Amino acid sequence: MSGRRGDKLRGDVWYGFTPASSGGIELDFYSRLDGMYGDSTRELLRGLLAEAGIEHGLLSVNDAGAYPFLLRARLESLLIRVTGNQDLRLSPEPPLGAAMSAPRRERARRSRLYLPGNESKYMLNAAVHGPDAVILDLEDSVAPSAKEDARAVIRHALFHLDWQDCERMVRINQGAMGFSDLAYLADTPLHLILVPKVETAEEMHVIDQALGERDVLLMPIIESAKGVMNAMEIASASPRNVALTLGLEDLTADLGVVKTTGGHETSWACSQVIYAAKAHGLQAIDSVYGNVADEEGLRASVQEAKAIGFEGKGCVHPRQIKVIHEEFAPTTAQVERAGKIALAFEKAEKQGLGVVSLGSKMIDPPVVKRALKTVADAIDAGLLALNWRD
Amino acid sequence: MTLTDQSLLTTAGREVPATINGTETIPYNGVGGHLPHGNKIGAPIRRCVDYPANGDKRVPDVGDMTARLKVALQRAGIADGMTISTHHHFRNGDLVANALFDAAAELGVKDLRWYPSACFPCHQPLLKYLEDGTIHHIEGSMNGPLGAFASEGKMRGMAVLRSHGGRYQAVQDGQVHIDIAVLAAPTADYFGNATGDRGPSACGLLGFGLADSGYADHVVIVTDNLVPFPCLPWQIQGQNVDQVVVVDKVGEPEKIVSGTTRVTKSPDRLLIAENIAKFVRDIGIMKEGFSFQAGAGGITLAFTMFLKEYMREAGVTAGFVRGGSNQYLVEMLEEGFTPVILDGQTFDLEGVRSMRENAGHQNTSPFTSYNFHGKGNFASMMDVVVLGATEVDVDFNANVVTHSDGRLLHGIGGWQNCLFSKCTILAVPSVRNRIPVILDRVTTMVGPGELVDVIATEHGLCINPQRKDLLEAARGTSVPLLDIHDLKKKLNALCGGEPDKPQLGEEFIAAIQWVDGTTIDGVRRVN
Repeated sequence: MSGRRGDKLRGDVWYGFTPASSGGIELDFYSRLDGMYGDSTRELLRGLLAEAGIEHGLLSVNDAGAYPFLLRARLESLLIRVTGNQDLRLSPEPPLGAAMSAPRRERARRSRLYLPGNESKYMLNAAVHGPDAVILDLEDSVAPSAKEDARAVIRHALFHLDWQDCERMVRINQGAMGFSDLAYLADTPLHLILVPKVETAEEMHVIDQALGERDVLLMPIIESAKGVMNAMEIASASPRNVALTLGLEDLTADLGVVKTTGGHETSWACSQVIYAAKAHGLQAIDSVYGNVADEEGLRASVQEAKAIGFEGKGCVHPRQIKVIHEEFAPTTAQVERAGKIALAFEKAEKQGLGVVSLGSKMIDPPVVKRALKTVADAIDAGLLALNWRD
Repeated sequence: MTLTDQSLLTTAGREVPATINGTETIPYNGVGGHLPHGNKIGAPIRRCVDYPANGDKRVPDVGDMTARLKVALQRAGIADGMTISTHHHFRNGDLVANALFDAAAELGVKDLRWYPSACFPCHQPLLKYLEDGTIHHIEGSMNGPLGAFASEGKMRGMAVLRSHGGRYQAVQDGQVHIDIAVLAAPTADYFGNATGDRGPSACGLLGFGLADSGYADHVVIVTDNLVPFPCLPWQIQGQNVDQVVVVDKVGEPEKIVSGTTRVTKSPDRLLIAENIAKFVRDIGIMKEGFSFQAGAGGITLAFTMFLKEYMREAGVTAGFVRGGSNQYLVEMLEEGFTPVILDGQTFDLEGVRSMRENAGHQNTSPFTSYNFHGKGNFASMMDVVVLGATEVDVDFNANVVTHSDGRLLHGIGGWQNCLFSKCTILAVPSVRNRIPVILDRVTTMVGPGELVDVIATEHGLCINPQRKDLLEAARGTSVPLLDIHDLKKKLNALCGGEPDKPQLGEEFIAAIQWVDGTTIDGVRRVN
């Protein structure tokens, strides 16, 4: 068996399989959309069974309107279970968007939208809400019994859906299951792996080795007292690290304290992680703000995060993205000054000068670099038009 | 009268039934392509001396609502084959229509034509009267179970779906003659003056019953709140009323709020609403004194909320808005974002309260708003209107009555009439459970593409290429703009191609009327 079914469930599929040694493939097929997609779905399923070399057996299908990529994903987990072949993979649907760009260390990570790994419906339009990153989650949002199903969903979603310019992140599970997650997704187009509950540099070394030559970035999540104390060495443990982040729910549980809105119980931990990140040239990214309905609370929380050095925040709902981007946006005065520096830099480059100056004042290279980033962020946040130079 | 499979072709290339319940069809001939003339029909001459001199038109207390309605129907001279009309201001909380047909069935009357301004899932009990012959067919919106019944070809006559304006037009030019109108009224006096905005069952407006009260041969008011003469204010004039039936309860106003009158929580739908509001702001529609209308539906209500914020930021107020009043419009009125709401109906109890208390409301009816036989059209004066649809196609034609499986599920409401605004925006999620909403050709054409200016999805907005002015103005918006063909291609790639067309029978089970009384499309039986 694989997938899900239920009277109220839409957009998913459930499969059962009874093996046979002869008689070919039989389909016991029910679909809510039989009149519209029944023929093409049956054809797709028969083709995939042939692709996997399954020649005989009864495939039971209860389809509540699953999209083709999900029909494939659910069948993939079914066939892995049926055949016991952990390496079985089905071909994905062709990509809906442009090909994935290579992972980039330097990019804004203001917002990252968590998407439960076994819930394809939230994935469909995640990118249209414009987060800097999406996190396809295999860890806390996936029930233990659904971990394998979720891997297949994430794999097919990463290949097929249009993620636009979002950085494509996957949060793997802790421990041994995390390694099998990595193995499962070995051929999958993704930019970054979030590693949960990292406590030592050693854990990152092992992940790093497991990734071999793969061009993929890492973001350790620190969510225990031990992890906080080891933040410095965790930050430097892998050249793939681009950011450190925290998980405050687990951390407060580990500390045995109550998580408050003010967050003073974890303020030292936040600072420690921020310092560790900055000391190694990494970004420091804040935890999520859980109360979806409280926009003003989120706003205040982002202001606080920004004030102490965080450069991003997790989102549990698409409506949080706009607020987070607004609050991480540079101020008008900052944008104005950054624009002047950027123009001076362009002028200096054009004239072949090694030194950038504004009026009579020389501008240091890191200030220039930061100004260029501010300009890019401002354009991104809608504070500057693309043709701002005019 | 039976269903027919003979067809005619409209100028939009749609096949429509050649006859509708025995009457020859006038096929749709384009927008403004049918210009009827002559005189409107009139109600029969009455003599005041035939009515009680003391003005008391009450039916005697003879039992429950059904028993009293039986008396009223008998006095009205009910007979086989007559047309009985009701209004839908109680939406899914209506109690009168079911009791009315219980009474008719007990009287043994057959082959009635029901002419509601809309029907709702609460009317499911009427299926038994379609089955036993009490009701021959329904000419009104065909929602839920009644739509499914008709779609399967089980209704003996053909359903005729009209817009709110079209319902008035059909009465005025004689396409539909109402024999008996039975109109629920939350407050009335014994003479028949009636209002909807007060009383324990207050539902707001009674505008959808106005055509019925003015043109029916016989008018019955049913109220659960009898007040001393005169009932003030009155929305329905007692001078049009023959009888007054007093009952315990005419409707459940808390059920006025149905699924289509709540703001959406879906992030995708909120994004659509936000994109539309930004577009309206960015291209200059949102300016001092502008006007707008947002229909019922989660996305359009959310649009109102976003627009209000942008109006606040820009310091802009509207000149007037049209609506089903609801709490969001009422807030705009109370906070000074508009001086007036022109009410076509009422979508929640907050709207009902405000109508009663705030002089900024003006009662309107389909006649004063957008009837084809009016001397002008409020709808065409609106700067922008935001509506929904079940399907749209690459030519911007739109469907609101059937889904892609071909089944009748919704009514037209005021949707067709509102298409005449200066900028008509249809808000649609791009897919519904794997079914793409943008097709090559809509299953049923209810609105012609030339009147649809923008289709708004969560991916961005598609502007009708005929609206070069909007395309030009839209260069100043931050909202993503898309070519509708590109979007359709992408949706098809997600969904696995365009869905197979439903298997349909030959015979027509419903005719879709255009606002001028022509037939714009036919709906065939679902196998």
